[in-house]
Amino acid sequence: MDLGVLSETFMQHAVLAAVLAGVSCACIGVAVVTMRLSFIGVCMSHAAFAGALLGLLIGMPPMWVAFPFSLLAAALIGPLADRAEFSPDTALGIIFSGTLGVSFVLVGLIPGPKAEALRLLWGSILTVGPASLVLLGASTLLVIALVIVFFKEIQAVIFDRRIATAVGVPAGAVFYTLLVVSGATITGALNVVGGLLVFSLIVNPAAAAYLLTYRLDRMFLIASAIGVASGLIGIAVSYWADLPSGASIVLVSTVLFAIAAALSPKRRARAAEAAP
Amino acid sequence: MSESAISIERARVQRNGTPVLSDVTISVGPGEMVGLIGPNGAGKTTLLNLVNGLVRPSVGSVRVLGRDLARAGGNEVRREVATVPQTRAIDPRMPLLVREAVLMGRYGRIGLGRRSARRDRAVAEGAIAQVGLSHLADRPIGHLSGGEQQKVALGRALAQEARVVLLDEPLNSLDRSAQADFVEALRKVHEERGLTIVFVSHELDTLARLCTQVIALKDGRIAAAGPARGILDDAALMARLFASNGKSGA
Repeated sequence: MDLGVLSETFMQHAVLAAVLAGVSCACIGVAVVTMRLSFIGVCMSHAAFAGALLGLLIGMPPMWVAFPFSLLAAALIGPLADRAEFSPDTALGIIFSGTLGVSFVLVGLIPGPKAEALRLLWGSILTVGPASLVLLGASTLLVIALVIVFFKEIQAVIFDRRIATAVGVPAGAVFYTLLVVSGATITGALNVVGGLLVFSLIVNPAAAAYLLTYRLDRMFLIASAIGVASGLIGIAVSYWADLPSGASIVLVSTVLFAIAAALSPKRRARAAEAAP
Repeated sequence: MSESAISIERARVQRNGTPVLSDVTISVGPGEMVGLIGPNGAGKTTLLNLVNGLVRPSVGSVRVLGRDLARAGGNEVRREVATVPQTRAIDPRMPLLVREAVLMGRYGRIGLGRRSARRDRAVAEGAIAQVGLSHLADRPIGHLSGGEQQKVALGRALAQEARVVLLDEPLNSLDRSAQADFVEALRKVHEERGLTIVFVSHELDTLARLCTQVIALKDGRIAAAGPARGILDDAALMARLFASNGKSGA
């Protein structure tokens, strides 16, 4: 196997982007998967995608518009998910369909070829530039700092927001901070794996880690490792098999999830409990 | 005479313009265990939320451990007031050990963004031992039975070093043996720590054994309050409280 390509700048950028996106998306994924709000990723990524399309349409840098759009989605998701008359899934479904509709309208309004719009949808890790790397690096540092400093608060909110509040943790503030940082992470990863596929990079590594450990600190580490592995193996597959990079990364993360599900001690424990 | 641990005067709570508590006045002395009964929708949980500062009255006053809740911050109050909620199903795969679930009771005291110190962990270990769960401390919380999970919630309240504990129907959906086990743990804890406890339950016999006084709520108002035996043995009152609820004991 020729590894000379690793000396190329574009590949070094791609590897760095895969590591950063793998870690940041996986950490956010741990929160949304354990809170059973996995659909939040798809909602916010589509909102970011719609924002990026609007940026293209009005001639602004797409990421500048994508971030406030994902924050807007977060600002809508939180209160809707909190209201008793809606289940969180219903609230997320309403926002998802809305952002999807806006995205398609904006794609239709963009004049000429739609290549740039499609790149935002599918991502292109092999062409990621320094500006995107800086944005991704900043969002990754933000996520890591949040997890390290507020680990115990995140743990309490993940377990039960009512109990977190009852023991004196500002659960609402922690929950909304998680949503805002999810928006930043999704925006940062938009160029790498695309608006459509970032959802998989959030959910798959975290869901795999969920099956492998009963410790939340280890879950963050395992999910990050699976996220990074998905990115690096996905890039390799994409480069050598000449396949789309975003889709390759997502498919690898899906395969890694399937392996985790097969090896899961939790699955084996449940099977043993169910046996007569 | 010592000041009440909980003192609510003429409190009114509204939700979406509809009163859920009206003209509620109660007083609970330090170290007292008080039962709270009433049919579903009577306002029992709202009353507990009034005490732990999650709900504010539109009219009237609430004082807990000498603090006026109109002036004190909610999180500040909740460091001293622990809540043991109703049982709920916990995902068996939840990444949280029993030890961590009990230590969570310290989080408000430890403070935002700070790590637990050796003393916090020692207090949590003591609480685990006091509710008899030391042998399960390293087990995932989702692997415990409903009764054991309720003991974890009680352990969390002890780790919190709260002086007031609010129990919101902790016996619901527990079998008789688990109920007896939990009640025994509660009785010991109350005796040893002298906690002020408000105990919402449909298990009237249990309340009769443990509580000094009982408050009966109906339609958001206090229907009766007084010595436990006097209230719980009043057949006419019980019939009036629960007649339209279709329950004998609730």
